[in-house]
Amino acid sequence: MTNETFEPIIIGFTCNWCSYRAADLAGTSRLKYPPNIRLIRLMCSGRLDPTFVFKALANGADGVLITGCHPGECHYLEQNYKALRRFHLMRRTLKGLGIEPERIKLVWASAAEGVKFAAEAAAFVEEICALGPLQWGKPREEPSHREIEEVPA
Amino acid sequence: MSEKPKFAMYWAASCGGCEIAVLNIDEKILDVDANFEVVFWPVAMDAKYKDLEAMEDGSILLTLFNGGIRNDENEYLAKLLRRKSKILVAFGSCACEGCVPGLANLSPAEEIITTAFHTVSTDNPNGVHPQPTYKAPEGELHIPRLLPVLKTLDQVVEVDYYMPGCPPESHQIAAVIDLVIQVLQGKAELPPKGTVIGAGISTVCDECPRKRNVKTIKSFTRIFGQPLDPELCLLEQGIPCNGIATRSGCGARCPSAGAQCIGCYGPAEGVLDYGARLITAYASVVDANEPDEIERILDGIPDLVGQFYRFNLAGSLLKAGQTAWKPNGGNGR
Ligand code: SF4
Ligand code: SF4
Ligand code: FES
Repeated sequence: MTNETFEPIIIGFTCNWCSYRAADLAGTSRLKYPPNIRLIRLMCSGRLDPTFVFKALANGADGVLITGCHPGECHYLEQNYKALRRFHLMRRTLKGLGIEPERIKLVWASAAEGVKFAAEAAAFVEEICALGPLQWGKPREEPSHREIEEVPA
Repeated sequence: MSEKPKFAMYWAASCGGCEIAVLNIDEKILDVDANFEVVFWPVAMDAKYKDLEAMEDGSILLTLFNGGIRNDENEYLAKLLRRKSKILVAFGSCACEGCVPGLANLSPAEEIITTAFHTVSTDNPNGVHPQPTYKAPEGELHIPRLLPVLKTLDQVVEVDYYMPGCPPESHQIAAVIDLVIQVLQGKAELPPKGTVIGAGISTVCDECPRKRNVKTIKSFTRIFGQPLDPELCLLEQGIPCNGIATRSGCGARCPSAGAQCIGCYGPAEGVLDYGARLITAYASVVDANEPDEIERILDGIPDLVGQFYRFNLAGSLLKAGQTAWKPNGGNGR
């Protein structure tokens, strides 16, 4: 269902010390990336409560981008490793619910990596476009009781 | 005799355990009888829906509603009892958060019916399939229709109080009944609307007698068939125990008896999404920083949705699996 008109809504969580500055740098360097990503700044990727991600997906987001400092470079020492482990757990949980785990993505980007940030953001928008809208929470309309002609053995 | 306040209890999509738990309060049940007039309680007395419909709105003081909202009959009764009751309590895990029946939100409703009627475990030689309406000689008969997903009580009507547990512990039920009686006698006041009653505000871990050290988990394992330290925290021994995200109130029954907490008292105070809280907790104790190693350790929990949402799927932020929603939702198909 990839179509021309689908403009995905993507929530991006950025770390104050690295990826937020990378995004800022991308902006001041006038690098272009699609406007589909709404950024939310956290102090650290370790602040990312999985609740934020599930809430975003439940309330209309088609994808969630999580960004943080490179491994070993977190300003709060080990917190981005926690973010990494949460990311793995979230992906597995989403898969169990039938949501493509690719709808969440983790990217490490230092404050100097404006180009990388813009490229990853653009690539993620493409990936989500390919997956199509999530439209979570809209129940099926057809009645559940149906006359069925053929009864499976 | 002056008129006693009226009491009702109803079961929607549930197992019946909540009703047993109420009867398990032993002689306290006599207090219920002494202080209330039981006007509607299908498991305990004969009453027809039309009797309930005929009652004045707001005329029932206290209704304990257990069970989730799985079909249109459940939904109708939830709305009817809401109208007739002053205080509506979501009683037990099913009404509060969906509980085990809510796990059916991982499948489309048609599949649930097909599995129940037409798979090898069902003896159904004539291929009987439930029809919502049937023309009998006496007139048209209706059976309830399944809704696309199971909902919690507060997803359908306004709820005054929540009483968690699968089922709620009998001593907690007795305490709540005591409280209501004291309120009736003017000796106590009701808690603010929306309060979780009959439970604590902390976590199961907080009540757990097991010893705790620093948790560093290199592999998860199942609880069966291996020697476990009877005094050490189960999670530290690699057993996925949910005590850390679960509301206190049971007295840490399961870990005290040698089994992991599976979360029947629901999310701890302030937790919006039970699974999300557990993800945070488990991510903190897994001892690995490399993606491959993390994946290997997580392979030790084969069913994460079952682990994180056994009691809470319907009440979680995402509420259901993809197949229960619109067919075009989810994977771009
Ligand atoms: S994780 Fe389980 S065993 Fe460990 S302290 Fe908490 S409730 Fe007790
Ligand atoms: S330990 Fe957990 S699963 Fe067991 S009764 Fe208490 S809340 Fe329920
Ligand atoms: S400070 Fe950037 S990820 Fe922790």
